[in-house]
Amino acid sequence: MTAPAHDRLPARSQASFILGAAALLALVSTIVLGLGLPPTLEQGPYARLIAIHPPLAWAAYLAFGVTAITSVLYLWSRTRRRVWDRVAASSAEVGVVFTALTLVTGSIWGRPTWGVWWTWDARLTSTALLLALFLGYLALRGVQTDVHTRAKRSAIAALVAVVDVPVVHFSVEWWRTLHQGRSLAQLTPQSDLDGSYVAVMLLGFMAMTLVYGWLLIERYRVEALEEHFEDQGLDRALEERRAEAEAVVAR
Amino acid sequence: MAPAVQLRSVVALVGRFPALAGIDLDVAEGEVVLLRGPNGAGKTSVLRACAGLLAIVSGEASVLGHDLRRDRRSVRRLVGMLGHAGFLYDDLTADENVRFVAGASEPAGAHGGADARIGPVLARMGLGGRLGDVPVARLSAGQRRRVSIAALVVRRSRLWLLDEPHAGLDAEGRELLDELVREAVGTGATVLFTSHEGDRATALADRTVSMIGGQVQVRTSSPDEPRAAVHVA
Amino acid sequence: MWRDAALVAGKDLRIEARSRVATNQVAPFAVLVLVLFGFALDPDRGILSRASAGLFWVAVLFSALLAVQRSFAIEAVDGGGDGLRLLGLDPAGIFMGKAAAVFVELAALELLLTLGVVVLYGVDLGGAALMVATAAVATLGLAAAGTVYGALSAGLRVRETLLPLLLLPVLAPVLLSATRAWEVALGTSVDDGWRWVQLLGVFAVVYVTFGLVGFGALMEES
Repeated sequence: MTAPAHDRLPARSQASFILGAAALLALVSTIVLGLGLPPTLEQGPYARLIAIHPPLAWAAYLAFGVTAITSVLYLWSRTRRRVWDRVAASSAEVGVVFTALTLVTGSIWGRPTWGVWWTWDARLTSTALLLALFLGYLALRGVQTDVHTRAKRSAIAALVAVVDVPVVHFSVEWWRTLHQGRSLAQLTPQSDLDGSYVAVMLLGFMAMTLVYGWLLIERYRVEALEEHFEDQGLDRALEERRAEAEAVVAR
Repeated sequence: MAPAVQLRSVVALVGRFPALAGIDLDVAEGEVVLLRGPNGAGKTSVLRACAGLLAIVSGEASVLGHDLRRDRRSVRRLVGMLGHAGFLYDDLTADENVRFVAGASEPAGAHGGADARIGPVLARMGLGGRLGDVPVARLSAGQRRRVSIAALVVRRSRLWLLDEPHAGLDAEGRELLDELVREAVGTGATVLFTSHEGDRATALADRTVSMIGGQVQVRTSSPDEPRAAVHVA
Repeated sequence: MWRDAALVAGKDLRIEARSRVATNQVAPFAVLVLVLFGFALDPDRGILSRASAGLFWVAVLFSALLAVQRSFAIEAVDGGGDGLRLLGLDPAGIFMGKAAAVFVELAALELLLTLGVVVLYGVDLGGAALMVATAAVATLGLAAAGTVYGALSAGLRVRETLLPLLLLPVLAPVLLSATRAWEVALGTSVDDGWRWVQLLGVFAVVYVTFGLVGFGALMEES
């Protein structure tokens, strides 16, 4: 029942080390270059947040996208592997952090430019609900049940959450909308956004993607380690259970 | 004859505890098998696994030709279980509880066949008349047990899984239960049960299987024969 | 599937009729929520009647939470849900039956609450067709999504606190859309009310589909 991979501890790989170093490098250069951007007429120095805020949001959506896909892979019986459950869990956890950071940076950006910390705009509201949905997902994962039950339930919860987001988005968008146009939409030739801004924002996207990838790998490793020790515990429990019988026979 | 239950090195977990630690068990169709063993030996877990209520982690298991790991729903349609819990709805009457089970047990499209059996079965269990129309929450523990047995009988399962079926019943109730089990076997059902009732249980069973530590410990081919050699899987 | 659905719905509704939890606890609770809003928002300043659509649907949402919790609590009493699982019913049928029972309970409750907002908040009813259509579609969505999440948290020891955390964010679009549509119907806002009904319809379709397809996975586990 237990995989032969038991004696092998999932070790930190060289790839993860390189990825981590690359992520750090990209992040530092995004920050340095981002702070060096010239202030804009409309938003002053706050426009520099474009190097951080949209990339954070992108990483959050990427993370939940990965959770959704791996959840489907787990639910579909032909591709069911515990790996998918672990990836889904790790990615959701990283995604929650990115979502929270997105909301915080957005709020910091919104205060000087819109004059409010928070507004009931479609994207803000759906992002906040996304955070609530995935906090619920993590809470569901935190409940002690057997591995398969937890994996199945969590996968369904993740899918429901992801499906809910467009519905939320639509409903709030019809209701009211204030958010500036999508950041990526400004990458058209007519855009008056300064070229250096575009470059740094793209660097930011790359940096956050790398950071996400690295966090995912490391979080996955911890998840795998936990399960490794659980499985070991299970083997021991099985041995003890079998020993019960032998003890009786020996008497 | 085809085996009603076939377990091969089955491991099943309750939480993280290996309740079944690689058990092998064969029960032929039409057989009445008694599971014995100390508390915590895994008897209830065998019944729950056969009912498709306990996930099997490794090994092979089939019940009445259906793979327990892949097709639990088909298995559930064919088995009836009497557990420590009675699976009754407190606010419904005995009649309504049994009627619900009967309705659910009928093959799709069939009508009325099970309904006609409800009255006589309840009467036989001593739950006719006024008692049948009282919410089961107001019945005594023994009476509730009788309602659960009535629900089991109308289900007409091919495999009966009985966990301590004699517990909580009076002398007449136990006699009645034995009678019902024999009748079910007469119509081709297989019975797997646990009991701490000494002679009554052995008399009912064709064969006794002893369990310890989540495995089968001793097999005796018939209750009258002397114990076979100690065999540890 | 339909037979199993009818069987389960009939059983659930019979239990509710017998136990009176819905009539003796959930309904008074919902009306109490309306009264509390009255205390919180001074009735003399006209806020109440303007906000009545939103308050109505918030009260429905809270009651839906109770109804869903109740729907799965009755299975857990004697055997922790094993009884229903043992019967080997079609999971899609169980889903439809449970959702239908919740739908009926919520619809009855909404009638009562409508009476409540008329009496307590002094609302003038109007746009009956839009109101009824909104309520029907919104309630279908509430019942379907609630049943999916009820099954998701059933059998877990912390379900009482987990269910609201899981369910309320999911139901947010229903609250939003149903409130907008009712505001139009009650004349407190000008908008195309029917497009909100369409959005509610999408929500309902999504969760009914989810339940029909996914309930098996939730029921088949140990």
